[in-house]
Amino acid sequence: MGDRLPALLKDSALTALMAAALGLFIVGFQTRDIGQGLFFDYQFVDLGIAVVTIFFGRLGLHLAAMGLKWPSFALGTVLGAVGASPLKMPSTFLHWFVVIAGVLIILRTIWPWANAALAKARHSERGRAMGQRGAKWFGAILLIAAVLLPFTPFADQKNMDLAVLILTYVMLGWGLNIVVGLAGLLDLGYVAFYAVGAYSYALLSTQFGLNFWTVLPLAGMFAATFGLLLGFPVLRLRGDYLAIVTMGFGEIIRLVLLNWVDLSNGPAGIGGIPGPTLFGAVFAETAPPGQQTFAQMMNIPFSSNQRLIYLYYIILLLALVTNFFTQRIRRLPVGRAWEALREDETACKALGINPTNTKLTAFAVGAMFAGFAGSFFAAKQRFISPESFTFIESAIILSIVVLGGMGSQIGVVLAAVLLIGLPEWFRDLGAYRMIVFGLAMVLIMVFRPRGLIAHREPSVRLHPVRAGP
Amino acid sequence: MSAAHPEPLIEVEHLTMRFGGLVAVDDVSFSAGPRQITAIIGPNGAGKTTVFNCITGFYKPTVGRLTLRADQEYLLERMLGHEVGQKARVARTFQNIRLFPGMTVLENLLVAQHNKLMRASGMSIFGLLGLQRYRTAEAAAIEKARGWLERIQLLPDADRPAGELPYGAQRRLEIARAMCTDPQLLCLDEPAAGLNPRESAELNELLVSIRDRDGIGVLLIEHDMSVVMRISNHIVVLDYGRKIAEGAPDMVRNDPAVIRAYLGTAEDGPDA
Repeated sequence: MGDRLPALLKDSALTALMAAALGLFIVGFQTRDIGQGLFFDYQFVDLGIAVVTIFFGRLGLHLAAMGLKWPSFALGTVLGAVGASPLKMPSTFLHWFVVIAGVLIILRTIWPWANAALAKARHSERGRAMGQRGAKWFGAILLIAAVLLPFTPFADQKNMDLAVLILTYVMLGWGLNIVVGLAGLLDLGYVAFYAVGAYSYALLSTQFGLNFWTVLPLAGMFAATFGLLLGFPVLRLRGDYLAIVTMGFGEIIRLVLLNWVDLSNGPAGIGGIPGPTLFGAVFAETAPPGQQTFAQMMNIPFSSNQRLIYLYYIILLLALVTNFFTQRIRRLPVGRAWEALREDETACKALGINPTNTKLTAFAVGAMFAGFAGSFFAAKQRFISPESFTFIESAIILSIVVLGGMGSQIGVVLAAVLLIGLPEWFRDLGAYRMIVFGLAMVLIMVFRPRGLIAHREPSVRLHPVRAGP
Repeated sequence: MSAAHPEPLIEVEHLTMRFGGLVAVDDVSFSAGPRQITAIIGPNGAGKTTVFNCITGFYKPTVGRLTLRADQEYLLERMLGHEVGQKARVARTFQNIRLFPGMTVLENLLVAQHNKLMRASGMSIFGLLGLQRYRTAEAAAIEKARGWLERIQLLPDADRPAGELPYGAQRRLEIARAMCTDPQLLCLDEPAAGLNPRESAELNELLVSIRDRDGIGVLLIEHDMSVVMRISNHIVVLDYGRKIAEGAPDMVRNDPAVIRAYLGTAEDGPDA
């Protein structure tokens, strides 16, 4: 490699130079408004660190590509260590930048080796059996962790809030997975059914005083009905056309909520929505007349965390019901028909399967779970407005399903943690967090084009899988 | 093996199919008997697949009547696409194989039994509750699938994705899948296309056993004369959308019109 070193250094230096030229104006100068006018802040240290990192990063990638495992591994480790060290750098982002560069080089180094090992494992009987056991254990551990989370030291206000948010998206992802992952119907307007559920609870509770547990099934039914109404005319469309029409439907629901002021109070939204109760006990400091608070019922001091933990368990339960239902229905004729429809609609028709009815059930069932999640959302937020149901929500839920791996249940959980959790945890990166978010998405698309977990477990087996010796 | 079977299984009368100005099938009439293999042959573009698509409900014929006489009388041209498979139980395979490639071999055969299982699962409600009635039905469906897998020698591959199978196995699986719907008439669109001579011979055996053992009437489009001449009871020859001949294999083989239109060249000779 000795004779190639100068060429490598030259190429890395060129890359660094290019980065410096590009970054000079974007990173090097920052304008600041201090009253009398705009002034420049110079950030040449930031730029310098970035350029040096890029130089070594490029060098590391070259070394890895040439198969020089140890030098590139060492370089990656050093970069990672420098980034993670308490060295004074101008911003947290730079720390992350250097760390990520190091991690990427290490990943690039072990990639060919790991890939070969994985491919080998995937094609051996024993590897498959181990993979299945692993998935089972992983799922069980996740579940236990989720149940115990409120009793761990991590359960502060911020983390619990985030956990509830993530679980809401996990549930929505699992619901949409029925429509997109199983039945293969690209639905870009899923948030419409979420909105129907949310407004069902908001209106029925504030206008008619119904409680959460009464409205929950009703909200699911309303959403499912909307699913049927929408599905009937549009399900003869396929693929992209279906996606566009469902996207339109999502917007229509939002616009109706925005403009039908008599019903929905328009852009002002609906406030004062009561939270969910537990056997009639409310989660508040003082109970309304005729009711008691949870703290009084249990004879414990009141804490605002109690409400959050209760909400957490409700959404965990709802999400698990969704998961259980999906797992179960996948093994039933209707679930298999959904998957068959995704694979080949013409063949389904030839086998005497009614494609319209089958698609409609998938659409309605998916909508029902969105309705459940929606009424939970309303009960949690206590205030809803059409703002919460924009297209971007549908896009995020769909990204969770696609990134997780279509049809994979555990993949949805990972993707939800990644897509909802990461941007929240990386809030201190400021404006850069969306870049990190985008980078994560691009990396997944490059390395796992079929989603994080692309494996499909058959719904039924003739020969049970033999465990390894 | 006569065309004038007293009670034909399917009767095609004056079938015409126009696509705009193009007449793909022009006033074709023929019938196919129960427990018989009836082949439809003809050069490319003769309208064979169009006839199939009309029979199996994928096209609505412009003119004509299609009568299936099995457990009762069905007028196929009046039924919706999927009803032909669901109610009249006419099963078909496709010229370009249409399996569910991502699903396993066994799942493919279970999807074929959808309507029966759907009734047993009480529109999924019994199934969701895990009632005995559904579990028995599912076990029976798996047993039926196992029987077919044994017949097409795919039992060891039951849990593999169907798309991973070699080409010949996919062809056999598609026929088994069609048979799992309990058909009253089985329509096969070029089942021997792309098969090697040994696979062709195995296919012959399979089709003969479907006719003789299961007692199912088979309608067959095929170019491979080694299949057609050996196993067909009755042959219908189409050319440019018209029927030019009909009869037993020996008769058709020597029909001058057929030789002119279709078997004229040496390679396509009847013994090929």
